[in-house]
Amino acid sequence: MTERLLRMYRRMLAIRLFEERVNDLYTRALMPGLAHLYIGEEAVAVGVCEALRRDDYITSTHRGHGHCLAKGASPDLMFAELLGKKAGYCKGKGGSMHIADPDTGNLGANAIVGGSAALATGAAFSSKYLKLGRVVVCFFGEGALGQGVLYESMNLAQLWTLPILYVCENNQYNEYTHFSETTAGEITARPAAFGLASASVDGQDVRAVYETTAALVDRARNGGGPAFLLCHTYRFRGHHVGDISRDYYRAKQEEQRWTSDRDPIAILGAHLTEHNIADRDALDRMAGELTAQMDAAMQWAIDSPYPSPEEVTEDVYA
Amino acid sequence: MPETTTENGPHVVTTGTHTVGETPATHDVGADPRVGPDVRELTFGEAVKEAIAEEMRRDDRVVLFGEDVAEAGTAFKVLTGLVQEFGPQRVIDTPISEAGFTGLGVGAAMTGLRPIVDIMFGDFLTLVMDQLANQAAKIHYMSGGKWKVPLVVRATLGATRRSAAQHSQSLHAWPSHIPGLKVVVPSTPHDAKGLMKTAIRDDNPVVFFEDKMQYRLKGPVPSGEYTIPLGAADVKRVGTDITIVATSSMVQVALGAATLLEAIGVNAEVVDPRTTWPLDEKTIVESVKKTSRAIVMDEGYGRYGVAAELAAVIAHGAFYNLDAPVTRLGAMHVPIPFSPPLEDATVPTERTVFETARRLCGK
Repeated sequence: MTERLLRMYRRMLAIRLFEERVNDLYTRALMPGLAHLYIGEEAVAVGVCEALRRDDYITSTHRGHGHCLAKGASPDLMFAELLGKKAGYCKGKGGSMHIADPDTGNLGANAIVGGSAALATGAAFSSKYLKLGRVVVCFFGEGALGQGVLYESMNLAQLWTLPILYVCENNQYNEYTHFSETTAGEITARPAAFGLASASVDGQDVRAVYETTAALVDRARNGGGPAFLLCHTYRFRGHHVGDISRDYYRAKQEEQRWTSDRDPIAILGAHLTEHNIADRDALDRMAGELTAQMDAAMQWAIDSPYPSPEEVTEDVYA
Repeated sequence: MPETTTENGPHVVTTGTHTVGETPATHDVGADPRVGPDVRELTFGEAVKEAIAEEMRRDDRVVLFGEDVAEAGTAFKVLTGLVQEFGPQRVIDTPISEAGFTGLGVGAAMTGLRPIVDIMFGDFLTLVMDQLANQAAKIHYMSGGKWKVPLVVRATLGATRRSAAQHSQSLHAWPSHIPGLKVVVPSTPHDAKGLMKTAIRDDNPVVFFEDKMQYRLKGPVPSGEYTIPLGAADVKRVGTDITIVATSSMVQVALGAATLLEAIGVNAEVVDPRTTWPLDEKTIVESVKKTSRAIVMDEGYGRYGVAAELAAVIAHGAFYNLDAPVTRLGAMHVPIPFSPPLEDATVPTERTVFETARRLCGK
């Protein structure tokens, strides 16, 4: 368990450092387009993916860098994709919102809200039909609760007892609107209506996320069927890197409360030091190493070449 | 300038000349020069089923999803018997949940299966367009070629079944507009079988449109193994005076019109693209270069549709060979009405084609 906790700490910190550099690339005008930062939500991706095998599948979202890294993606190839470089995960054709990586079971990030619910369910169908023993995690934000295809998918998954976990990251904001303005009733009543097992967890506590996920994943892998995991979390930053004036939809005090009291990395760090699993110096050394790695990965991507224009017609068809 | 023109007015209504449909049920589409002594007469629906059954025997990864595809054999009874041979694990009844089970097919296709998804009426493509256009069509490209989507979506097209505005449209132009999809529009049992087998083996998402009014149309189909490549047009009738490029349900109408035209000394060539994408532009352009006149016809809406694309191909590729404007015939730009005399007025008929060709040929 000690090893697991340190690994999860390292992964959350890696995601944080990655995302801070993404913001930096944007503000330095080095990145084409925008990106949606995962800062503040790291415990969800890391805790969930800690419970998965490498060959288990995930689907991700427009806010997906954390999911991809937690499932094992390399930061250098991620940075390259975000910068539209040929060396990127998708040869520069996907960008921030479409990282896909078969080697880590990543079926792809999806920029249609709720767009991957049915795809993920199809991967679970394949796993069962082909007897692969793989579990699928479908990540989505609470904004996707408004999309009908999510409910069609949960209905199919429950009818056919498919090995899939629907992970709802409630970061509280559908873009610029608080979820209470868009979401009627109790969220967990929705999966319950289809007969799915469901659980709610503090999404800032990576240990709780891992333990809850592990139980649901084991259940799914052993033929117990689909489940729904609701993670209560918070988007520390704006909807995207350019969303810096947020007063019209949420108060600065609210943000400050979450960043000072509910930071998932600080919460696990405190647990590690209080229980003498690691001391502050060790955690600082880890941060130093990761910072150097991330800086090197980012610089490698900045220096790497763009695709040549003639590649635009490649890969339209298999 | 002899460029594309549009038929905006109402089509000539002539009852009794529209050969597409349930009458006569055993209409013969004519001998196919490629068939051998093992040829049988199969209906269009039987040919589709035979293709699917052969591919399911050949490859365990082929599975079938849709509403009432198992015991009911689909609403049109096209797939009757498949569940008995392949079992409910492979021929799978779904909820009435088109977006859900189509998206499920996309995900299953990415992860090792070769699903066929059945969309009962092509009109219901409205419900699955995100799964088709934003997901299936783009996954290979967006992932830099890392994920493939070997999926077939079966759908129907065709009016005059008295089913009104939400069960009668021919919407094959929609997927044809999206890079990453392939679109098949067969017109004969022979072509339906060969093209379906190719579609199932293709590593890309393919939308396969069946004319629901042709399900009982009979034609020669070899019993042996054969496939037809996507992107290869077929000259259904050789002629010299005018080219009629026709798709799916309109091919039989074009052939009927060609017979009428013979009586006034016009020898029409009928070219069937068979797939709207990939599109065999060469065969179409070569035919028009030979005949110097062209009608393009398709049961989708004429405006912004497949016929418009075919007309553009001809205008670009055979401009200096044209002796008359390329003329487009398609469904009238109205929601398909229920009442028979109204509905019949919306679809091109043999008589419409005959009159148009006569005018273009100066007869």
